[in-house]
Amino acid sequence: MSTLLQQVLNGLSLGSIYALIALGYTMVYGILKLINFAHGEVFMIGAYAGYFGAIGLGVERYGAAGFPLYLALVVLVLAMAAAALLGVSIELLAYRPVRSAPRLTPLITAIGVSLFLQNAAMLVFSPNPRPYPPILREVRFELGGVIVTNVKLTIFVVALALMVGLNWFIQRTWTGKAMRAVSTNLDAARLMGIDTDRIIRVTFAVGSALAAAGGILFGLDQIMISPLMGVLTGLKAFVAAVLGGIGNVRGAVLGGLLIGLAEQLTAGYLSPDYRDAITFVILIIILILRPEGLLGVVRPEKV
Amino acid sequence: MQALRRLATASAIALVLYGVGLWLSDGLIEYAQRIVLLAGINVILAVGLNLINGTTGQFSIGHAGFMAVGAYGAAFFGVKLAPIFARVLGAGAVAEALTFNVALLIGAAFAGAAGLLVGAPSLRLRGDYLAVVTLGFGEIIRISFNNAQFLGAATGYFGDSPAGLPAYTSFFWVYGWAIAIVVLIRNLTFSQTGRSLAAIREDEIAAEAMATPTTRLKVLAFSLSAASAGIAGGLFAYMQSGIRPEDFRFDKSIDMVVMIIIGGLGSISGAIVGGVFVAVTLELMRDLQQYRLVLYALLLVGIMLVRPEGLLGNRELPDLVRGWLRKAKIAK
Amino acid sequence: MTLLSIDKLDKTFGGLRALKQVSFDVPEGCIFGLIGPNGAGKTTLFNVITGVYAPDGGTIRFEGASIGGESPARVAHRGIARTFQNIRLFRAMTVEENVMVAGHHLHRSSLLAAMLRTRAHAADEARLRARACELLEVMGLRRHAADVAGSLPYGSQRRLEIARALMLEPKLLLLDEPAAGMNSQEAAELERQIRFLRDDMGLTVVLVEHNMAVVMSVCEVVHVVDHGETIAHGPPARIKQDPAVLAAYLGTPTDEAS
Repeated sequence: MSTLLQQVLNGLSLGSIYALIALGYTMVYGILKLINFAHGEVFMIGAYAGYFGAIGLGVERYGAAGFPLYLALVVLVLAMAAAALLGVSIELLAYRPVRSAPRLTPLITAIGVSLFLQNAAMLVFSPNPRPYPPILREVRFELGGVIVTNVKLTIFVVALALMVGLNWFIQRTWTGKAMRAVSTNLDAARLMGIDTDRIIRVTFAVGSALAAAGGILFGLDQIMISPLMGVLTGLKAFVAAVLGGIGNVRGAVLGGLLIGLAEQLTAGYLSPDYRDAITFVILIIILILRPEGLLGVVRPEKV
Repeated sequence: MQALRRLATASAIALVLYGVGLWLSDGLIEYAQRIVLLAGINVILAVGLNLINGTTGQFSIGHAGFMAVGAYGAAFFGVKLAPIFARVLGAGAVAEALTFNVALLIGAAFAGAAGLLVGAPSLRLRGDYLAVVTLGFGEIIRISFNNAQFLGAATGYFGDSPAGLPAYTSFFWVYGWAIAIVVLIRNLTFSQTGRSLAAIREDEIAAEAMATPTTRLKVLAFSLSAASAGIAGGLFAYMQSGIRPEDFRFDKSIDMVVMIIIGGLGSISGAIVGGVFVAVTLELMRDLQQYRLVLYALLLVGIMLVRPEGLLGNRELPDLVRGWLRKAKIAK
Repeated sequence: MTLLSIDKLDKTFGGLRALKQVSFDVPEGCIFGLIGPNGAGKTTLFNVITGVYAPDGGTIRFEGASIGGESPARVAHRGIARTFQNIRLFRAMTVEENVMVAGHHLHRSSLLAAMLRTRAHAADEARLRARACELLEVMGLRRHAADVAGSLPYGSQRRLEIARALMLEPKLLLLDEPAAGMNSQEAAELERQIRFLRDDMGLTVVLVEHNMAVVMSVCEVVHVVDHGETIAHGPPARIKQDPAVLAAYLGTPTDEAS
């Protein structure tokens, strides 16, 4: 029983990270109907930004005393800001020029950007995986047979805080309302006087920032980061977004948690070899049985 | 009469191929030979993928999976069949050629069947959803091979002998198959079936209203393109001592997409140009080491930004040349 | 003989009842008009008949057989062809190819024959091309045969859609706003063509149209729908004066004005 709880806990924490990344995919798809293949790389760069930020702020000097919390938060904010900048740049340079092209072109462009960032990162950061600096000194405690670390707790707290913040942003602020309007009908939103270009940029910025947070949390949890870490994780987060209903923010969170759980339970009870495959199996099942996702809405085509 | 004439043409082509093959294996360094072979294999990949992505407009980005199925199928059955054919026909060139081609066909059949299995449920999905599902299937296929112990799993399949897989692949066979596949697919494209596929691409709802069996044709095109990738996979397998799941990653699927994008989606001659271009460029860029893939990716993005319709758009080279000649004549 | 029989047809989309108990019969050889204000359900009716949507209630009988819920390709095979309100041509293909696509029944050789370019296949292609040219001639598009469909002027595109539909050798032709965007000269030519289709090609035509001049001139029977319901049915002369029809199109006069 405790093993099950342990797996569930681990699955949910992994899933929270997927959820953060999935939010970026789902928001961009909601507005532009574009699968932002490069989003996984933004996640990766966010992780590296956190790495270099922490090192830059002298994390290694603190040693056993532990990196002060406020500095850790600074690292988080800086990395999120850097990712936001990256996301907006990608949109401006690569996606905006092909926005009106037939759907295929932006898809291929996105794949191209993704490949570019992966390989550029391998050049700049070296292809070797490297361990995350000890931003959090690991503390373990046991609750009813389940091992909980402060890292896992941090993941939950940060992810939850960010998702609550996002929800507030989308529901309560004018920009958030505008985002919802644009994702429902871009042309109508433009006709209502909304600066759609700006809203699109904001969407990319927010999504990228969340992915960067996910990257740092991933680094804290999985320790090893590498330039190709965004490929598989990004894909899994995308599947999570599809599972929940692409374009649907709540769906992204639900999907992320479910994928994390599925992966962890598969690794624990079936075999670790299949932990990656289960995500693809879920993708195929959902697209064949219910392509609009769990929380998605079917949009019939007018003939 | 027509059959005789065609047999004569085919024999002539075969002789030319054989001759060129001999000359190249003497005259070119091994490095260049490899590029030539890869270019031919790429042509098969590109023309096959173009049938489903370009002509039918159903975008698949997981075709490396089918190439893998063809490769493993051809490798495995080739190794198993070789002794049988050798015993029946005596150990010689004839037995080898037969083993090789039968193995290729078996690999292609498996790949085509895989295409059927993947296509049937997936082709109901539109645009980007279809692309993602094909990506997913491609990965599942690769992961399956990665876990298949009897095929060597991650280490790879090297056949039964310590020397690895026999080097059946030659200029003659690669380009022989390439020409055959290009001709068959070209004929298909310019027939009522090809027209129906294009109609599906242009407007599936209208195509259906005009009594086109859209689902059946989409799955057919998908299977054929998968089988084509299977042949390419088999040829690829017998070019090296062994094959590993690593050879068939998502990158390979993207390479195929780049080939048809560069040449122009929907154009067979474009696919040929694109296939050759990618083979040559990737190999030539090898000197650039780590910069190679960065530049490759930039190239892809650049094309999308500057000339997304590729070199030839959806037109064919013979038509373009005819157009230029006509214009040149008018100018005079 | 009744060719098409619609009985108490219902179609609902989410909260919207697009068709409510619509019923009418189309006799063979008739030119039948279907009119009504925008959003009345006319195109939805076409879509349900041709299998794009399945009906939620009621029956559709074609030549006596019930066809409700069949796929569009199946319906086309039975002999019902249609054009679309928003033109749906195969834009990147040539005019001739557009028509040839619909010629499946004329093409008897197999896929293998196509790939090997056998004589039988070449004969099929020739037959297809010849028939397509005939139909293009009927619709006055013969000289555009090699042009790209998307480059044709609007009126020609509409006529091409009809030529393409004719290639199916249908018994029933559903035309969705064929006169849209036409001037009076083109519309008169269209009327002539519709009569030709019935008189010389033996077709039954159901016409959805907003151009009242065309409807009144060419239709023998007119069926009027509004908000998914039948509000009138009869010969054009009577329909023109039906108060319910006038009210639907023009609105009822308020107490002030009357």
